[in-house]
This record gives sequence, structure tokens and C-alpha cells, in this order.
Amino acid sequence: MSKEMTIHLKYWKQNGPNAKGYFEEYTLDSVNEHMSFLEMLDVLNEELMLAGKEPVEFDYDCREGICGSCNLVINGQAHGPKERVAACQLHMRNYSDGDHITIEPPRAAAFPVIKDLVVDRNAFDRIIEAGGYVSVKTGSAPEANAIPIEKEDADTAFDYATCIGCGACVAACPNASASLFTGAKIAHLNKLPQGEVERKNRVVAMVDQMKEEGFGDCSNYAECEAVCPVGISISAIAEMRRDYMKAVMSGD
Amino acid sequence: MPSLIKALNSQVGRKIMTGITGIGLMLFLIGHLAGNFSIFGEAEAFNKYTHTLESLGPLLYLIEAGLAFFFLYHAILGISIWRQRKKARPEGYDTYRTKGGPSHQTLASKSMIYTGIIILVFLVLHIWHFKFGPSYTTMVDGTEMRDLRRLVIEEFTNPLVAFGYIGVLALAILHLAHGAWSAFTSLGMKHGETSKKVQFGAYIFAIVLMLGFIFIPLYIFLTGGEGSLIAY
Ligand code: HEM
Ligand code: FES
Repeated sequence: MSKEMTIHLKYWKQNGPNAKGYFEEYTLDSVNEHMSFLEMLDVLNEELMLAGKEPVEFDYDCREGICGSCNLVINGQAHGPKERVAACQLHMRNYSDGDHITIEPPRAAAFPVIKDLVVDRNAFDRIIEAGGYVSVKTGSAPEANAIPIEKEDADTAFDYATCIGCGACVAACPNASASLFTGAKIAHLNKLPQGEVERKNRVVAMVDQMKEEGFGDCSNYAECEAVCPVGISISAIAEMRRDYMKAVMSGD
Repeated sequence: MPSLIKALNSQVGRKIMTGITGIGLMLFLIGHLAGNFSIFGEAEAFNKYTHTLESLGPLLYLIEAGLAFFFLYHAILGISIWRQRKKARPEGYDTYRTKGGPSHQTLASKSMIYTGIIILVFLVLHIWHFKFGPSYTTMVDGTEMRDLRRLVIEEFTNPLVAFGYIGVLALAILHLAHGAWSAFTSLGMKHGETSKKVQFGAYIFAIVLMLGFIFIPLYIFLTGGEGSLIAY
């Protein structure tokens, strides 16, 4: 037998980037405890549509915690209350009958609201475009083991590469800083020999772009690490700072 | 590569400089406390100490200018970082709460700007009180020098001054409890076992250092300036 619950929702409605937003409330009477958070929102939208009302827009794609599309701020916490879980993988069994849940979009000037809970995260793409790539010779694929990489470096690079770019770090940061995202994207390339050639330009260009986009500074609150659905550590930010200092010190 | 100016203005550069100036100011505070403790013990040791400082002449001006620069640079960065957060998030959350775990969001980290500004205001009053306060003189070993000990005792027997100082110094514990950890993180310390030890060390450092400073006005006030630790 699965439990059914009553959940009181309060969610953000906003018609466009410049429209004035507001909260709307709705009570769902039969939320199944095995539903994911997004399935609960599907049920909400179904009820809204059947009642002739406009559904609430929210972002998602994979619904299995790997694409980084979902990015809801749930009761003031990015991706909700569970550690290392994306909103799409959060289940309603984490809530109890009669709970009140407030759902907001990530709030940052660099992430303008497109509609309701959907925000434009192109700022992240522009940070990647600034330097989050490696240049390789075209042609047939190189032999996979041609470049030996220390196990430890490969592991750290992989840890940073698990960033799914959801933007929870920005959402949760009291300063709306993009340092964890940018740090992870820099570090996963700078840790590898393939990233070596462009490492200095990469760190400088990406750090500049993050400021250009209007994100805040990092005050070392480490809240980003706490909300990251894949558990990326603020050591990524330390790596970024070290690489930046090295790039500036080395002159060229 | 970016010019130095551009690098210092980058979001990484700003934090590195907040950290460096912060560490510089903490080192200054250690020296300042060590010097202040000469008010206890041997008579006239305090006046001799301040007199030695004052007779450094141009070197003292250089040190003072350096200190003022560190203070101002640190304060400007701190205020600027705080202003940027309003720009970066013009519309705040209705509900916001920390997720805990590895987060360093604490009363101390959240109040850096407030404790910082209080320290800044305090600093102006502090310099005005002591550096530019009444200039009593005394003779020590045949040399006429400023009797700062008398001024210090006079000030701290006034409850308003004594408890004003104690209050500000207590708030400074918060600033340093987060600051002494954060500065190293700004300079590239990673999150891990070392970082945890540094955070623990920062709490101890902040408490011990500030209790040291607090002891002076507290002792002078409680003993009415006539405690046995202060020799005449
Ligand atoms: C004796 C005086 C002071 C000492 C020893 C001190 C020490 C520190 C240290 C060590 C940090 C950490 C640096 C970092 O995060 O990298 C810090 C941060 C900070 N300080 Fe101070 N500070 C002092 C005075 C001030 C003053 C006068 C202000 C004026 C506004 C101020 C505002 C701040 C702010 C806002 C931060 C946080 C910066 C951020 O959010 O990233 N501090 N301080
Ligand atoms: S929808 Fe893909 S990570 Fe949540």
C-alpha cells in the first residue's frame, strides 16, 4: 500500500523576463509517496489544465539526475532537502501529509526567468565557450591509452567532469556566484594533459566571463557544495584560484 | 595574460586580495596585542614601548601608511563584494535555508559585512581616542615621553568606553572565526581534512586573540585602574 498525502503548494508564476512575478497557491489532495517531485508537478499541471487554467512551466529532460535541466529551489533549498539529489530524483516520500512546499526558480540576474520556474542558463554556455574546451587535431580517433594519466588525476578530473551544469550552486549561493560551476569546468580540463596547452588562457577567460555575466563573487560560504546534486567540492574553486594565480604570475 | 589591474579586479583576484589583506591585518593584531600587554607588569614598560614606536619617525609613518592601505583595501573589497551580491540577485527568495553538511554558512560568515563595518567605525573612534587623544607627558629615565598608560587607564575606567570596547571586540570574534578560515580558502586551500582543522583553528584563534584584547579594558575597569597587575 502506498501512502497518499495532501500537499499545499506555493509556486512562482511569471510571464516573462520583465513581467512582474507572483506566488500562486494550490493544494493537491492525493499525492502518492512514490511520485517524484516532478511527477507531483505533472499532477498539479494536469489538475490545472482540467480546470481550464494555465499550467506551471518547469524545466526537465532526463528525470534521472544526469542532464541538469531541473533546477527548482524547494523550500529555500536548491533541489530540495536531500543531499546529492537532483529535484527530478527527489521523491515525495520525503514529505509528510499536510506539508507546505514553496517552489521558486533559481534567482540570479544572470539567469533571467523565461517563464514561471524556467530560467535562461545560457550564461553557463557562454562561460564554457570562453575556454571550456580542448583543441585537438581532427582525423581518426587517437588510441585511448596513448596519453598515460595518473589514476589520481584521472579520478579528480572525472569528479569535476560530473558537473551537470544545473545551476544549483548559483541558486543556493547567497552571492549568486558561479564559482563552483566555473571552477569544476576549468579543473576537469586543467587536470588532464589534453587540457595543458590552453590551461592559462582557459582559466583567465572563463573567470572573466563569469564576471561579465553578472554573477556574484565567492565568499567561501560553501553552500554550493552542500546543494550540488553530484557533490562537487569547493576544492574546484581552490583549483581555479591556484590556476589563475599561476597564469597571472607566469606572465605570458 | 591579463594586466595586473585586471587580474586584481577579477572575481578571483578580489578574493585573493581580501584574503591577503585579512591575513596581514590578523598578523598586525597579534603584534598589537603583544605590545598592549606591556601595560601589565613592569612599570613604565608600556610608555617605553609606545615611545619607541613613536621615535621610529619616518619608518612609523611608512608602517602606518601600509596598515591604512591594508585596512582600506580590505574594507573596500568587502563592501564591493557585498554590493555585487545585490546586483547579482536583485530579486531575493521568499524562503531560503542552508542545506548544512559541508556548508560554512554560519552566523559568523553571514555577518562579515556587519562585523566588518562595526570594526571600521570602531577603528576611527579608537585612533581618535588614543592617537589623537589628550597628550599627557611623563618623565622616564630622564626622557620626557607621552603618558599613554595614564590615558588608557582613564579611558577604560569609564564604563561606556570599557564596555563599548568589549562589545566590539566580542563581535570581532565572529569576523575572525570565519575570516581566519576563509582567507586561506581564498588563497587556494582545498576542502578536506586540512580545511576542517583550519576552521577549528580559526575558532580558537579568534576567541583567544579577542579574549586577550578584552582582558585589558575588563581588568582596568574592574580594578578601577589599580589592579596589582599594573605596576606604578
Ligand atoms: C582588524 C581588522 C580586520 C581583520 C583582521 C579582518 C580579517 C578578515 C579576514 C581574515 C577575512 C577573510 C578574507 C577572505 O575571505 O578571503 C575577512 C573578510 C571580510 N572582511 Fe574583514 N577584517 C578586518 C576588518 C574589516 C573591515 C574594517 C571591514 C569593513 C567593511 C571588513 C569586511 C570584511 C568582509 C565584508 C569580509 C568578507 C568578504 C567576502 O564576503 O568575501 N573587515 N576579514
Ligand atoms: S531532469 Fe535531468 S537532471 Fe533532473
